[in-house]
Amino acid sequence: MFVSALHASGFDFFCGVPCSLLKGVLGILEDHPAAGYVSAVREDAALGLAAGVALGGGAPVVFMQNSGLGVSVNALASLNRMYELPVLLVISWRGEGGRDAPEHIQTGAVMNDLLELIEIPFEVLDCDRIEEQVGELARTMRRTRLPVALVVRRGMLQ
Amino acid sequence: MKRIEAVTCIHQHLPGSSLVVACNGMNSRELYSVGDRPEHFYMIGSMGLASSIGLGVALRRPERPVVILDGDGNVLMNLGTLGNIGESAPANLFHLVIDNGVHASTGGQRTISREIPLEEIARSCGYLRSERVGDLASLERSLRSLWREPGPAFLLIEVEPGNVSGIGRVEMDPPEIARRFRECATGTKS
Repeated sequence: MFVSALHASGFDFFCGVPCSLLKGVLGILEDHPAAGYVSAVREDAALGLAAGVALGGGAPVVFMQNSGLGVSVNALASLNRMYELPVLLVISWRGEGGRDAPEHIQTGAVMNDLLELIEIPFEVLDCDRIEEQVGELARTMRRTRLPVALVVRRGMLQ
Repeated sequence: MKRIEAVTCIHQHLPGSSLVVACNGMNSRELYSVGDRPEHFYMIGSMGLASSIGLGVALRRPERPVVILDGDGNVLMNLGTLGNIGESAPANLFHLVIDNGVHASTGGQRTISREIPLEEIARSCGYLRSERVGDLASLERSLRSLWREPGPAFLLIEVEPGNVSGIGRVEMDPPEIARRFRECATGTKS
């Protein structure tokens, strides 16, 4: 359902670095070579790939764990934003509410503030409104030509 | 061979339909000063990502030759992407790496490329062809045949450190660089 919502909103290229919270959706993409999922080595390299796809006329989605958001800040600022190369980020929310492995706690606590600080419009995924949220983010992305993000809580896309 | 001689030679041999992704720093600036084309994407920030951007363009536009004009510092910063290129294996991707052994635009601090044979790493990563050239005649010979066989191909071009004086910055707004490149890549106005 999530993958068909992405297709319905015109997204046609998928890449990223996995997270257990995104296991379900990444499994679907990897099992269908036609979906065109590329397993990137790092999150900023995934953003580079996505930028190239956008330069070639495509509409990319980058999947990552929120730990990868820190790795991605320079690419988001000096590539996607500076050149106006749109991308949808699907970011898992590890460390939400302080209940997770220790390496996720600080990033989980500041993630939404970080997205606001770097001016990335985002929605926290609501399973009853998937198509509406993806459609709305896609419209914002195309209007502003900037990166947008969908934040995914534990259990939603597993 | 000086870098400007290598960049000039590459510019002369680019296939007319090619899309070029040039890494940040002096490579972009010299390519821009040698001869601007709307099919050039000049990367200004995001060091390390020229190879990933080029791979994305190559996957999306398989009908066009895609040339990545890269540098040793850039490749070393994101070596893993050589693996992604080998694994995706786009036949239209040609990866040219100008290796001067230093970070030229930040004061000439050395990289580690003199000890790391990048062309061997590329070969191990699955590039179909990979070669090192160290003089202008060899570069010219390689470029005459490079595009005729399928890629991904890797060409390591050893040059002397040092900058030519008077090379300006890329004088274009970044969104404009992206817009005209996309129009050339897709054949549509946006």
